[in-house]
Amino acid sequence: MNGKKIKFQRSVRRFKNSLPLTLLALPAIIYFIIFKYVPLYGLVLPFKDYKFSKGFFGSEWCGFRNFEFLADNTQLYIAIRNTILYNFVFIILGIFVSVTAALLLFELKNKYVKLYQTILYLPFYISWVVVAYAARAFLDMDYGLINKLIEMFGGEGVLWYSNPSYWPAFIITANVWKSFGSNAVLYYASLMGTDKSLFEAAKIDGAGKLQTIIHISIPSIKSIIVMMTILSIGKIFYGDFGLFYNLTLNSSLLYPTTDIIDTYVYRSLVKLGDMGISSAVGFLQSVFGFVLVLATNFIVRRVEEDCSLF
Amino acid sequence: MKKRTAQSYDREDRRFEIVCHLILIILSVCCLYPFLIILGSSFEAQKQLVITGYRAIPVKFSLEAYSSIFSYPERIFDAYKITAISTVLTTAGGIYLESTLGYVISRKDYSYRSGLSMFVFFTMLFNGGLVPSYILISRWLELKDTIWALVLPGLAGAWHVLMFKTFFMAIPPALIESAKIDGAKEYTIFFRIIIPLSKPAFACIGLFLLLQAWNDWYSSLLYIETESKVQLQYLLMSIMQNIEKLNNADPAQLGINAGMQNIPSLNARMAMCVIAAGPILVIFPFFQKYFVKGLTVGSVKG
Repeated sequence: MNGKKIKFQRSVRRFKNSLPLTLLALPAIIYFIIFKYVPLYGLVLPFKDYKFSKGFFGSEWCGFRNFEFLADNTQLYIAIRNTILYNFVFIILGIFVSVTAALLLFELKNKYVKLYQTILYLPFYISWVVVAYAARAFLDMDYGLINKLIEMFGGEGVLWYSNPSYWPAFIITANVWKSFGSNAVLYYASLMGTDKSLFEAAKIDGAGKLQTIIHISIPSIKSIIVMMTILSIGKIFYGDFGLFYNLTLNSSLLYPTTDIIDTYVYRSLVKLGDMGISSAVGFLQSVFGFVLVLATNFIVRRVEEDCSLF
Repeated sequence: MKKRTAQSYDREDRRFEIVCHLILIILSVCCLYPFLIILGSSFEAQKQLVITGYRAIPVKFSLEAYSSIFSYPERIFDAYKITAISTVLTTAGGIYLESTLGYVISRKDYSYRSGLSMFVFFTMLFNGGLVPSYILISRWLELKDTIWALVLPGLAGAWHVLMFKTFFMAIPPALIESAKIDGAKEYTIFFRIIIPLSKPAFACIGLFLLLQAWNDWYSSLLYIETESKVQLQYLLMSIMQNIEKLNNADPAQLGINAGMQNIPSLNARMAMCVIAAGPILVIFPFFQKYFVKGLTVGSVKG
C-alpha cells in the first residue's frame, strides 16, 4: 500500500515539475488532438453507412459493404493505376534530374552557381494554379505556343486539352519542372557538407571527373537520396491533387490518363456526396501508405543501416 | 598506361566545366521560360495576342491588361485581403504552435518527452484522409465559409515540429540550466533565450508557412462558398475554369449569362497571374538560404 502511495506521490511531483513546459506546449497539443487525432475516426468511417442527417454516431454500422463497391469500379482502378505509375516515374525521373543538376552545380566553383541555384529554385515558389496558366500558354488550342509553332511549319494545331494520350508526358514534365530545382539545391547543400579531403585524395590518385562523381560524390549523398525516396514511396498512393486538378482544368475528357485517387475521392465526395466510397478509399490509402513506409524502411535497414528513416 | 600532364588536366577540366555550364544553362532556360511567357503575354496588346499567340517577348507592348484589371479591382482586392489575413494568421499561429511543441520535446529533462514525441510522430504515419477532416471543419466546428476554415486546417504539422526540435537540440542544455539557476521561468527561458538564439529556425519555418498559406487554394475550394471570401490563388483558378465552362457551353446559353462581359481577355488572365505570383517571386529568392537550410535540417534523422 505504502509503495503505491510513494509511486503516486512521485508521479504527482513529476507532473508538477514538468507543468510549466506542459503548459507551454498545451495549445499545440490541443490543436493536434482536434485537427490530427479526431479526424482519425475517419479510419472507422468506411465501416459505417454514413448519413449526414444522422451524424457519425447515429449512422449504422455496415461492415465491409463500402469496400464491396470498390471491387468492380473501373474508374477507381484507372485512378489507382495512374496514381502508382505517375508516382513511380516521378520518383525515378525526379531523382535522376535533380541529382544530375546537383552534381553539375558541385563541379562548378564560381559565382554563377548562386545564380543557377536561384533560377532552378523559382518553380518551387509558385502554386499549381500558376503552373496551369503557364501550361495553358503552351498548350492552348488557338493561341498556345506549341500550336503556333506547329502551324508555322505548316502543320495543324492539336486539341491538347481533349486528347488524353498526350497528358502523361505533360504531367510528368510539369512535376519534374516544379520539383527538381529545390531537390537539386538540397542535394547540392549536402554535397557541400562532405569531407573535402576525399575529393583532394581522389585527384591526387589520378581519378578522372567521372570516376570522382561515381565513387565519391554519389555515395556521399546516397543516404539522403534513399531517405527522400522512402518518404516518397510512403506517399505512392497519394497523388498531388493540385497538379492533376489544375493542370488538366479538371477536364473529364482527360480522366483516362489523368484521374488519380485524390481527384477521384474529391469528386465522389463533393460532386456526388458519396461518403462511403471516398472514406473507404481514404482508409486504404492510409493503411497501404503506412505499411509501405514500414516495409521500405525495413528493407533499407537490412541492406544499409545508415540510410533507414527510423 | 597513359600519363597525364598537368596541362592536359587543365584542358580537360576546362572542357568539362563548359559542358556543365551548358547543361545548367539549358535547365535554367527551361525553368525560366514558363515565367517569361506569362509575363510577356501580360504585356502584349490583346489584338496582337489573338494573332501571334502567347509569347515571351511582346510584339506590341501594352499595359491595357493591367489597366483593365485595375478598373474593376474589387474582386482582386477582396482576394488579396483574404489571402493577406489568412497568411498572417497561419504564419503567426503556426510558428507559435510548432515552435513551442518542438521546444518542449527537444528538452531532454522533460518527463513526458518520449511520449509527446511519439504523439507528434504518429500523425506523420496515419491520417484520416479528406472525408473526416471535411466533416470536422464543416459540420462539427461549423467553420464553413469563414476565414478560420482557411487558417486552421494547415496551421501546424508534425514535419515542422520535428524540424524545430532538431534546431533546438543544437542549443547547449547548459544555457537553459544556468538560466534556471538564475531563477528564470520556463516561459522566460523560451521567449528571452531560445527564440533570440534560433532566429534562422524561425525565419525558415515561418517562410515555409507563409509560402504554403499564400499559395493555398484548396481550402477555398473545399470550404468557401461566398465569392468575396476566396483566396487569391482560388480566384485565379476559378477564372480559368469558368472560361473553360463558357467555352464549352452552347452559344444560346451564353446569351442569357450575365457574367459574360466579365470574361477577362487573354492578356488580362496572364496579368492576374503576375499579380498573384509576383510578390512571392520577387521577395522569396532573397530568403532562399533559409529554405535550403530548412530542407537540410528536415531530412536529418531527429
